[in-house]
Amino acid sequence: MRIRISHTISYEYAEPARHIAQILRLTPRDHDGQHVMSWRIEPSIDGRLRASQDAHGNIVHTFYADGPISALGIKVDGLIETVDLAGVIRGGLERVPCDVYRRDTLLTAQDDALRAFTDEATAGAGTPLSQMHALMAAVHERMTCLDASGHTGVGAPAAFAAGEAIAQDIAHVFMACARHLGQPARYVSGYVARSDDLPLGSGAHAWAEVYLDGYGWIGFDSANGLCPIDTHVRVAVGLDFADAAPVRGSRQGGGGENLNVLVTAQEAGSRQVNQ
Amino acid sequence: MVAFDEMTGSGQELRPAYDALDRWLKEAPAETLALRRSQAELFFRRIGITFAVYGDEESTERLIPFDIIPRVLTKPEWTKLEAGLRQRVTALNMFLADVYGPKECLKAGIIPPDLVYRNACYQLEMVDFKVPHGVYCHIAGIDVVRVDADTFYVLEDNARTPSGVSYMMENREVMLRLFPELFAMHRVAPVDNYPDQLLATLRSVAPRSAPSDPTICLLTPGQYNSAFYEHSFLADKLGVELVEGSDLLVKDDVVYMRTTQGPKRVDVIYRRIDDDFIDPLVFRGDSVLGVPGIIGAYKAGNVTLANAVGTGVADDKAVYSYMPEIVKFFTGEEPILKNVPTFRCREPEANAYVLDNLEKLVVKEVNGSGGYGMLVGPHANKAQIETFRRKLKASPEGFIAQPTLALSTCPTFVASGVAPRHVDLRPYVLSGANGISCVPGGLTRVALKEGSLVVNSSQGGGTKDTWVLDA
Repeated sequence: MRIRISHTISYEYAEPARHIAQILRLTPRDHDGQHVMSWRIEPSIDGRLRASQDAHGNIVHTFYADGPISALGIKVDGLIETVDLAGVIRGGLERVPCDVYRRDTLLTAQDDALRAFTDEATAGAGTPLSQMHALMAAVHERMTCLDASGHTGVGAPAAFAAGEAIAQDIAHVFMACARHLGQPARYVSGYVARSDDLPLGSGAHAWAEVYLDGYGWIGFDSANGLCPIDTHVRVAVGLDFADAAPVRGSRQGGGGENLNVLVTAQEAGSRQVNQ
Repeated sequence: MVAFDEMTGSGQELRPAYDALDRWLKEAPAETLALRRSQAELFFRRIGITFAVYGDEESTERLIPFDIIPRVLTKPEWTKLEAGLRQRVTALNMFLADVYGPKECLKAGIIPPDLVYRNACYQLEMVDFKVPHGVYCHIAGIDVVRVDADTFYVLEDNARTPSGVSYMMENREVMLRLFPELFAMHRVAPVDNYPDQLLATLRSVAPRSAPSDPTICLLTPGQYNSAFYEHSFLADKLGVELVEGSDLLVKDDVVYMRTTQGPKRVDVIYRRIDDDFIDPLVFRGDSVLGVPGIIGAYKAGNVTLANAVGTGVADDKAVYSYMPEIVKFFTGEEPILKNVPTFRCREPEANAYVLDNLEKLVVKEVNGSGGYGMLVGPHANKAQIETFRRKLKASPEGFIAQPTLALSTCPTFVASGVAPRHVDLRPYVLSGANGISCVPGGLTRVALKEGSLVVNSSQGGGTKDTWVLDA
């Protein structure tokens, strides 16, 4: 599928900020399941944008700007070609050993409730792959996905206890469960295009990937209850949301902040025929 | 358990290094000693050398008790100890360069990869990054304890931001003022060149692009940190600026310090802020102590951080248990200093043994420090032991256990007079592009409670001056 993405992040500051520094993980890489045809990041104000790579191999842009800054917009426009590989990631850049992703983090902490839930959900599954599918189905069934606007992340244990959460925390819940079973699991931030196959709408999204011997990394989108298909665009991976966040920023001065995010991810032109 | 005594050995003899000291202690009138002790306390109070105790609501700032009887090491004892420290720190730096680089020690099976990869102190940002001049641990504080005349054990490697060196220097200062006659009787190796050595170390690791006279600053978390006194003390002795995160600014991957003459480029930062708090853009986003963008500047090669980011993976208590193999693998030599035998509770058999023998063992949190979160079995009550039993069952991988060592004792002033109290020693080892250096001695900490083995100042420990006799 050819997907056109437009993502605008706008900040307005109560008082002009003196200095802004941001780290942007807003640029996807190529792998067998996706090919970036064009991609552009454009800040609305003058500053220095420098590209580098983080530990996970994500493309990172560091943005520095000097004030006075009363408003800042980051605009992302891109066109990407995707192929449905049933969530299997091949041909990607892997910089750290997959065992790193067995590490627990603050957002993916396990508690007794999560462990009991995992053990019950995967009791009948024979192989690690079928365990993960059973787990995805159980998390999908258990968790109601909340709209990202108006809600913030709380981490896996609190999200699980509440039974409802935004997509990033549903990914955290799945990751905590997968790590309890000893599987390396990582967080994926990205986009999904509108599709009849997906119960949730289009836009920015988050899911998880698990490393399984013999397969490599496989995506599991518990919020939608399926493995990523050609509607999914992978942008960045990490140990959790904080590690793969699209924007991490800091500023001096500026007082209060008003944030607006607008994302569209739509199929562009006709569906490509792939083998 | 009769411990080796630094002055009297097994209790019968008088060890040669303590000859003159013993005579002096016996001859000096009790009133004089009492007077000098109160003068010492007054001195520490006046210079304001305090430390903060966490979890103590009464007073956040306290004086650390100082004992006027020095702990004495002979030149041969120190020579051997120093060789062991140099070997240990060389291995620590090589280990760090390896786990963040080629990972040969993991491939060779020296240490389970899991202990590195799943360790929260293994900073992914550092993987494949070449630190300036290949040095990771510029300042190490290696805690050693003695069990007999010839045997020293390393209790802990402190490779992150070890503190206490200001006490080493102040203790000597106080002793020189109060007891000049003792220094006339002994040839004590000086420690006052530590700031010069530290400055030389920091200058030696400046980025290659830095000017020949690099700008250095000391980054502190601020006055609420338990070691703030030391930060200001060291900045003063080094003749460098003491800065907080908000005094530094990163622009286009270059770190600047705000000064009255405008921004000044910084080349080397002696940072006393933990990894987690140093850059809110990379580590904890809620940190207000750090400097946004400092990791970007570091990775661009524009500034040196001392110690490097990610050194915590080397002094983790689970990794500690593999240090003898790590020393052998990287230096090709037998370890000079011993390691305390360590039960890794992550191994089910070891944990079963630990659970059966809690009353005999010392149990430590893998990531704990400062004597917090620790069980000393022989001195614990039933409730404390049961609390640890529950913790060990819930998350065994978070703990290690060690037999209680008979730490050596040293004569110490107590309410009833002079009595033996257990001591340890923290020497400070500096590593730079100019090699390794170590001032003779270090900080001797003493457990002031009778029989106590916990020397941490946060747990009621005191300090002593440490002498290395030149002849």
